Amino acid sequence: MRKLSTRRRHFLALPALLAMALLLTGAAYAVVAPDSATAESDASVSQIEAGRQLFVVGCASCHGLNAEGVTTAGTDGEPGNYGPSLIGVGAAAVGFQMETGRMPLARSGPQAPRNQQTYTDEEIEQIAAYVASLAPGPARPSEKDVDWQSVDEEGIARGGEFFRTNCTACHNSVGAGGALPSGRYAPSLKDVEPIHLYEAMLTGPQQMPVFSDEVLTPQDKREIIAYVKTVQQQGNDGGIGGGGLGPVVDGMFMWIIGLGILTGFAVWIGMHGTRTTKR
Amino acid sequence: MSNNTFTRVEDSPTGKKLAGPVGWLDDRLGLAAAGKKNLRKVFPEHWSFMLGEVALWSFVVLLLTGVFLTLWFVPSMGLVEYQGSYKPLYGIEMSEAYASTLNISFDIRGGLLIRQIHHWGALLFVAAMMAHMLRVFFTGAYRKPREINWLIGVGLLSLGMVEGFTGYSLPDDLLSGTGLRFVDGMIRSIPLVGSYIEFFVFGGEFPGEAIVPRLYIAHVLLIPAILLGLVGAHMLLLVYHKHTQWPGPGRTNENVVGYPMLPVYMAKAGGFFFIVFGVLALFGAIIQINPVWVYGPYNPSEVTAGSQPDWYMGFSEGLVRLMPPLETTWFGWTFTWSVFLPAVGGLGLVFTSLALWPFIERWITGDEREHHLLERPRNAPVRTALGVAAMTMYGVGWAAGGNDIIALKFGLDIFAITWVLRIGFFVFPVIAFIVTKRICISLQRKDNETLSHGWETGVIDRSPAGGYAERHAPLPVEKAYALTSSREPLPELESERPKKADAKGVRNPKYRKQSLRHRLREFYYSGSVDQPSREEIEHANEHLVGADQHPIELGEDFQGISETGVPRVH
Repeated sequence: MRKLSTRRRHFLALPALLAMALLLTGAAYAVVAPDSATAESDASVSQIEAGRQLFVVGCASCHGLNAEGVTTAGTDGEPGNYGPSLIGVGAAAVGFQMETGRMPLARSGPQAPRNQQTYTDEEIEQIAAYVASLAPGPARPSEKDVDWQSVDEEGIARGGEFFRTNCTACHNSVGAGGALPSGRYAPSLKDVEPIHLYEAMLTGPQQMPVFSDEVLTPQDKREIIAYVKTVQQQGNDGGIGGGGLGPVVDGMFMWIIGLGILTGFAVWIGMHGTRTTKR
Repeated sequence: MSNNTFTRVEDSPTGKKLAGPVGWLDDRLGLAAAGKKNLRKVFPEHWSFMLGEVALWSFVVLLLTGVFLTLWFVPSMGLVEYQGSYKPLYGIEMSEAYASTLNISFDIRGGLLIRQIHHWGALLFVAAMMAHMLRVFFTGAYRKPREINWLIGVGLLSLGMVEGFTGYSLPDDLLSGTGLRFVDGMIRSIPLVGSYIEFFVFGGEFPGEAIVPRLYIAHVLLIPAILLGLVGAHMLLLVYHKHTQWPGPGRTNENVVGYPMLPVYMAKAGGFFFIVFGVLALFGAIIQINPVWVYGPYNPSEVTAGSQPDWYMGFSEGLVRLMPPLETTWFGWTFTWSVFLPAVGGLGLVFTSLALWPFIERWITGDEREHHLLERPRNAPVRTALGVAAMTMYGVGWAAGGNDIIALKFGLDIFAITWVLRIGFFVFPVIAFIVTKRICISLQRKDNETLSHGWETGVIDRSPAGGYAERHAPLPVEKAYALTSSREPLPELESERPKKADAKGVRNPKYRKQSLRHRLREFYYSGSVDQPSREEIEHANEHLVGADQHPIELGEDFQGISETGVPRVH
């Protein structure tokens, strides 16, 4: 104690204190600050530059050289949208669109379909870093965010409640998908990676609304993913399922297979009298 | 034991033992006399007569499995916290009805199997009724004296649909609640009284707490009791009228050719019951139906994509989806025509036209005769064509009920599907009518051709002059008889159009009615080909042998032509 008090007037004491204060503030800020800021700062300059190169080659034709989007003359005085602006969509949007193969778009249509991933993981990371560097936006979720296996039974049941309230109207009760107007659709959630489920909720791609972290907390999102995965992996109690498509398929089964078999039996019984002569 | 000797029942050891109790019963119930008559009742044989039987047996299966389900189902909308073994819903608040359905599915031994058999049975019940009704329609089996039995059948079909609906609304899951909401909207759309009826049915505002117990009583007591009574009446009338039969040698309007009830149909029908039960059990065991657990408990603020009614309500749903928006407000009341017309009007139209058809047809044709011989569909072209047109219209509505599933599975635009079906609702039936009628008339011509020229043998003759001709073989008498007797001569058409006034200028008070009937009758009979007369057939047969040619030698082994016109053996 004495040692400290004798040296407090040392000429290095002030700078040392300043350095300590700065470190502390910085550390505290790092803990408190939102994820997007860290994600942005994590990306090295070289990564952003590599992403920009890829972007200019593969994405700029629709999204513009600086990701500002491409507008067309449009109709009724409203400017048309050739490719939307990507400023502020964040790394999560890039991850979702490119890893599910929706981007790059093979051809224009009502909606980008799910497809094979064309860019490598590393390239996607670089493009994501570039897009994220343009403006703050949602970052890619962490391992912990999508760790749905850690959700307990109570959480799964709660996830089901969230799912029925927010998702089933378009995606169907088991996530089999559903039709939307004008050729658009809510895609099937079968075999979708948990991270993409998470990113879809976070960024609201295409027809989907955005469920930001204020609306559905990361915990809620994890529980929804856990519910979807549980329901899809639990197997079909009761036999071969109609793919979650419900009574239309059941009616078809009964008319074609059920009544078909029974008519076959009826013909068989009808052919055999008591004194049948077969030729 | 050789074939020539047999032991009489009363002399057999079993017969001796049973003689006492059977005699005791007969003395008191007098069953022998009634049984002697009815157990030997003759029924004709044809596969299509068994479609109604499928409906009957699936109804029996429904009664059996339904009783099992009532033992565990709790018809209450009281809220409980789910504590059963289906984990993804554990601890969720839900109605007792839904919780008990989950218990039947997961915690009661055999519960899910019985539930699935019951649901598949319901789909089959209505499907078989409809198939049976189509058979009756297209063969003219509803004609005099069977109009009342047709009406009972229409009642059975409509009640069967209501029974099915009340059944799948009971579990109180998200899908069935959505279906109830649809019906709620249907009730509300009834002008003026809709909202009052809604409050009456639901005991207040939708969903309330009364609907499940009420549906339950309707489903397990009220409607099954009426159904049972109607099925009984249907069968009694069937026995009283005797079953219709296809025309053939020895079959007339005055007799029935077939096998006796006991033992032949006892065995056949009894066996068929087990086949129907077996097929349903197989369905219940291996194909999932209505997995209520994935839908979750009903909550009016939730819905799931792909919500559909069971198939028999599909056309009603589809008509609502097809209808463009139409709503008017008169004197402060809102009339939602876009729901009322397709939903209430559509159902009403289907069942009213079904019920009225036999009477409309009789009025048009003026046919007052009794009919016990069936008519081949081709021999009533307009009826057949109208039937196919109605089926097409129903089919369009039905397809529209699944327009979202079609859009999703075939990658189509749901609006495009809806527009095609909207136009198709009016256009497709007309096309179907014209095509069917032409096919029927062509088939009539083909029958005439067969009657007058016999079968083509596939044997080609070369004449000395170098020409080629195919030999025809005369039709066997039985076949020719069946073909000719299936076409009863039509009642004579009044040759003259009704007149507005007679020669003295007195106004004909029934002119409008008579003229309409005349025009409809012309429409009904137009295009039909006359059957060749006896002289024509005889003349043709003479020609067939060929007076100036060598007699046709088809060889010993010629056995006629198969249905497709290929010589069987030769």
